[in-house]
Amino acid sequence: MSENTLYDDVWDRHRVRTLPSGQDQLFVGLHLVHEVTSPQAFGMLEERDREVARPDLTHATADHIVPTDDRSRPYGDAAAESMLSELEANVGDSDIAFDHPDTGRQGIVHVVGPEQGRTQPGMTVVCGDSHTATHGAFGALAFGIGTSQIRDVLATQTVAMEKKRVRRVEVTGELDDGVTAKDVILTVIRELGTDGGVGYVYEYGGPVVEAMDMAGRMTVCNMSIEGGARAGYVEPDETTYEWLRETDAFAEDPERFAELREYWESIRSGPDAEYDDVVTIDGDAIEPVVTWGTTPGQVVGVTEPVPDPDSFEEGEREVARRAQDHTGVTPGESMQGYPVDVAFVGSCTNARLSDLRDAARVVRGREIHDDVRGLVVPGSQRVAAAAEREGLDTVFRDAGFQWRAPGCSMCLGMNDDQLVGDEVCASSSNRNFVGRQGSKEGRTLLMSPRMVAAAAVTGGVTDVREMSLVEADDAEETAEVTR
Amino acid sequence: MSDANDGGPSTPDTPAVERVEGPGIAVRGDDVDTDQILPARFLKVLTFEGLGEFAFFDQRFEEVETDGTVEERETDHPFNDPAHRDASVLVVGSNFGCGSSREHAPQALQRWGIDAVVGESFAEIFAGNCLALGVPTVTLDGDAVEALQSFVEADPDADVVVDVGEETVSYDGRTVDATVDDAHQHALTEGQWDTTAQLAAVPERITETANDLPYVESTR
Repeated sequence: MSENTLYDDVWDRHRVRTLPSGQDQLFVGLHLVHEVTSPQAFGMLEERDREVARPDLTHATADHIVPTDDRSRPYGDAAAESMLSELEANVGDSDIAFDHPDTGRQGIVHVVGPEQGRTQPGMTVVCGDSHTATHGAFGALAFGIGTSQIRDVLATQTVAMEKKRVRRVEVTGELDDGVTAKDVILTVIRELGTDGGVGYVYEYGGPVVEAMDMAGRMTVCNMSIEGGARAGYVEPDETTYEWLRETDAFAEDPERFAELREYWESIRSGPDAEYDDVVTIDGDAIEPVVTWGTTPGQVVGVTEPVPDPDSFEEGEREVARRAQDHTGVTPGESMQGYPVDVAFVGSCTNARLSDLRDAARVVRGREIHDDVRGLVVPGSQRVAAAAEREGLDTVFRDAGFQWRAPGCSMCLGMNDDQLVGDEVCASSSNRNFVGRQGSKEGRTLLMSPRMVAAAAVTGGVTDVREMSLVEADDAEETAEVTR
Repeated sequence: MSDANDGGPSTPDTPAVERVEGPGIAVRGDDVDTDQILPARFLKVLTFEGLGEFAFFDQRFEEVETDGTVEERETDHPFNDPAHRDASVLVVGSNFGCGSSREHAPQALQRWGIDAVVGESFAEIFAGNCLALGVPTVTLDGDAVEALQSFVEADPDADVVVDVGEETVSYDGRTVDATVDDAHQHALTEGQWDTTAQLAAVPERITETANDLPYVESTR
């Protein structure tokens, strides 16, 4: 088993005891709650005459079902309205802070936690959402949990969990221009498999990860679950501290910042850290990638040919064949030029300010293709406001994109933002499963926000490295440095 | 532990799950994700009740257009096959339940009638969610899964016995070695798979752990 890693240290500090089953009872430092996976948990709590143990360590937002166009209440979708009403009632009764859409702080749960400085190094973070691993970007141990576990955390602020092995994923070298964090994590999943991480948490490191900004690290950690890993994290460093210093949690409390910084520095994996496994990925060799199939591991470089199903090992052959039947790609040809109908910039993977800036660099001064429906869905109301102060909304609107209100939106199609029929979507989200974006014939191509923007402009998959990037005026770019 | 009668916390009955015995049903293929098990649109609910009928919904129904009218028609998915309607042991491939953490997925399977899932491998959040419902997830090697799938397809009425304590799967006069996660095995066979009361039993130790964490404001 691993020793002296951040994972070991933070796990030990949060262990209340070992349960008779052999699982550990872990204290939870931050419990994030949203409207879709929590109502049954609050219901069970009530059935059992229990109360929320630590509302002060619990924080709610609404993201999955909220509409991104007409947000007047009651919502047009009665089911969505009832879910938001239920959350309003539950957090009200339990005295849980709630980033309600009226507060200006609402957004995707994995965007709002970090931007407010709630997510911090050395914490345990749980949420009833598999992309909770996102928070690992700060050096937190962050796990997605099910509704019964949400009940447990609400009732006790602890959760029963098994300790996993630790795999160090070292990304060496330097990324080429046009290659982003999204390309890195999709390449990791391609190399290690969608179930390669089962039994592990991933510690991401190496020069490429160290050079990433926090948004990039969040993108990488976010998709740990797509690689089968229970969680993923990056050790905290100056980049992490600089982000945190400006957040609500610390902007007016430098003393608290200094005090906690000592703790944050103490939890880094030591030089004597022992890992259960170490994998090296050559960062110099990564190119912009795109998925060709129906799992996030079915990934190909934008200039590479789509693989022939027969080239896979026996177990994966049939999966590849079915995936290609669904997407209609041609083995042997590259994905370039594969036509898209929809371009979606959004989701907990890629809807932060730097993601929007990145897409805007491609879109600025251009128009999206006549046959493409383009949607930009900022990750939070604060991201939207900051982007609007920079004029990014105008850049996108002028190009023909719709500029929407924050939410999970077309990543999983729980509101009206869905694919229709067999539409193809160039998507900055995290899953290309059949039916994921609301239509079971729909086809999802995962890629970076920059690649989505390029596909939107040309109407098909495009190597973004071949397009000139247009930077904002200096005045625009520096007007706002909000996260 | 007090019960509901005195106004204190109540704990539901969580029986020991030593073994599950019943007819089998096979859902073939690897990487069957939770969006396939239960599409997201069925998550817009406040309780888990009634989810059973939506298990594998998008695989079970297809829209067929005849003379300009579109109608929904059943596919030949095993969950549509009346011969399998009494099945309680689901047999699947590798990485079953990958994707989202929605407990709605195992809730839908359980409410459809599934009491145990046997497969080559499981996504971890899915397996944890099954445990929380008292549904064992048991692994066999790929060849053994294939053989069991073929058997239950050929004989929908035959019983399959999943022995959680012994870590075996028996059918057709054969007994195959299986693997059950140690912690899952303990929790199931001891009837401790609903963890709330267990976790709540040590409030002082929870407070002690919390107060030692530099970032948590002390409570007591």
